[in-house]
Amino acid sequence: MISFNLFVLPFLFGLIYGFFTVNRRLVLWVKTLPREERKSLWAGIRSRRVFPALGDILMECLVHRSLFKRNKLLGFMHMSFALGWFLLILFGNMESRIYSTSHVNPPYYPIFLKFFIHDKTILWFEINTVPGFFRFIMDFFLLFTLSGLGLALVKRKQPQWFGLKQVPHYQLTDKVAIGCLWLIFPLRLLAESFTNGYFAGGGGFITQHLGNTLVTLFPSVAIHIAYGFWWAYSLALGVFFVTLPFSRFMHIPSEFLLILFRHFGLGPKKVSTPFTDVEVHACSRCGVCIDVCQLGTAAGMFDVQAVYFIRSVRDNHVQRDLALRCLVCGRCQEVCPVRIHTDSIRLIERNRYTNDHASEFTYLKPGPVAHSEIIYFAGCMTHLTPGIIHAMKGILNQAGISYLFLDEQRTACCGRPLMLAGKHTQAISMMEHNRAEILSSGAKLLVTSCPICYRVFREEYGLSIRILHHSQYILELIKTGKIPLQSYYRKVAYHDPCDLGRGTSEYSAPRELLAKVADLTEVSEERADSLCCGGSLGIYTVSPAQRDLITKETLSRLTASQPEVLATACPLCKKTFAKHADIEVMDIAEMVFASIPTT
Amino acid sequence: MVDFGYTAHYDRQIDFDRNDKRVLEHLKQHEPSVLTCIACGGCTATCTAGHFTGFNIRLVQTLLRRGEIEPVKQEIGKCMLCGKCQLVCPRGVHMRNMILAIQTAITKLK
Repeated sequence: MISFNLFVLPFLFGLIYGFFTVNRRLVLWVKTLPREERKSLWAGIRSRRVFPALGDILMECLVHRSLFKRNKLLGFMHMSFALGWFLLILFGNMESRIYSTSHVNPPYYPIFLKFFIHDKTILWFEINTVPGFFRFIMDFFLLFTLSGLGLALVKRKQPQWFGLKQVPHYQLTDKVAIGCLWLIFPLRLLAESFTNGYFAGGGGFITQHLGNTLVTLFPSVAIHIAYGFWWAYSLALGVFFVTLPFSRFMHIPSEFLLILFRHFGLGPKKVSTPFTDVEVHACSRCGVCIDVCQLGTAAGMFDVQAVYFIRSVRDNHVQRDLALRCLVCGRCQEVCPVRIHTDSIRLIERNRYTNDHASEFTYLKPGPVAHSEIIYFAGCMTHLTPGIIHAMKGILNQAGISYLFLDEQRTACCGRPLMLAGKHTQAISMMEHNRAEILSSGAKLLVTSCPICYRVFREEYGLSIRILHHSQYILELIKTGKIPLQSYYRKVAYHDPCDLGRGTSEYSAPRELLAKVADLTEVSEERADSLCCGGSLGIYTVSPAQRDLITKETLSRLTASQPEVLATACPLCKKTFAKHADIEVMDIAEMVFASIPTT
Repeated sequence: MVDFGYTAHYDRQIDFDRNDKRVLEHLKQHEPSVLTCIACGGCTATCTAGHFTGFNIRLVQTLLRRGEIEPVKQEIGKCMLCGKCQLVCPRGVHMRNMILAIQTAITKLK
């Protein structure tokens, strides 16, 4: 006998539709992967490495480990929905298999089990094992999931309890899907309670007691009300599954795939690939990125954050100005619980607008380059802060280093600004020119004063020589005793430049270096959490006044402890801060140079 | 030919009935800060690309205002977008977006 009732149809239709739509997408993503990537994915899935990947899926998609790290309440809320629902499905399936009256178990059977089976006490399993085990556990998981719903409602009113200041604005499809998701569990509770109450059995510690009470309130119509709630429950599930592929909840299947992709060596490219598309769909629109974006917090622009940008990428209607309105500081990428490469996606989208017009660098002709083991490349920005160049020359001379100042007179830009505009293919010819100059000098070490150059030299140039930022190199020189230090700064706050800190994960060398010449005070936002100075070369569509707001916000945090000097390791940060700072802004190199005793 | 030390100047008349302000209009819309330019030439003096070529941002602006877009087409691809001009600009003109906007406008003309 197959149990069936008409009310299961909305659920069944939604499930079938959602299942096929989602799987078509997933299969399409895998099928359109470049050959090499597809191969490495299959090899990974067939190897033992699949187990840690599955563990990650469990910890991220169900337990929401990353969100727990950020805020326990936020983590619990997401976990109770994801893990609670998963366990309901898992145990519901086990329960339905045990109590099944037929060999064929239709997909709706476990979901609506309590509609079909009312009395379990006479069954073999109940008598011979733990009596009431499933009745208890199913009610417990339902309560667990409902606690998430309660928290979600509280979050709307009190986001700050969840570590959030802002919650994102949602589209219509998102609102419908969230509405259904929120209705599913209360409807299930009511449907089961009424049914259990009417049949005076079959429920656990909540559904039975609640059911008994409800039935005494509506004694004559209880069974009709129960039937109504079964319909409503089925409809809510059905609509949820139909909207899932078009709403934020597509992140659930996408994140599974994304974690597999990452585990088996796939990553972002400079052009859009299926990996990027999966990342875009894996955004759950949790809105964690909104609070960290200074374009919002400092400059009052609350419609440009990664969550909205990625949504517009997904919907295929990115506006030029939106693509270009981002500091590319990397703060959103740092806090993203799904670890979406928001910066890469931004640059890929910029490419669509900026790559049409060819940049021509044929005027760059190779010239004679002097031979030198060590090259110093100041960078464009450093040429606007001559104090840094003066300090670097002084330090290098003091240490008795023989070096070639590659861009003393003139040289091409490093290429990162072009790449930030999305013109990565056009940056290549310029980078090739620089690369040839660096190599023809026979250098074994390249030192640069600009973190922007430092990052691109490391990431894009494919140089086999050592590349150091000046903070790292000066530290080396001090450690080898080549630079004597005398004077000392009392209280210094250090600002981590975006490209040096989040860009190349260099947080320790500048601090170690500063500790030799100064007392370093703590700053509220530092290291990976560091703010942007506002001078970013990543943003295009912004007014000077809006930039100033960002600079002032950052300055107020950096100078909160009233340091004597504000230290940074980037000429652009220095120049940007100097415009608004009340205290002296110095580059690390300048501070070291000033600490060298005069003979 | 014998060089007598004289040069022949090309006709520099500008026909205002024929000038093409489309790029300028696009620019005004997408980067209105260009209207605050006082043509001090600081941008051109510091230009990284200007060290290698005759690339001259002030001239580009002048040409656009006159509606002479042919020479701009030849020049505008030389910019390296390094952003020095933007930092020295006393009027806060957003040069890097200006360059991109000009490039976009010119691409659209084709």
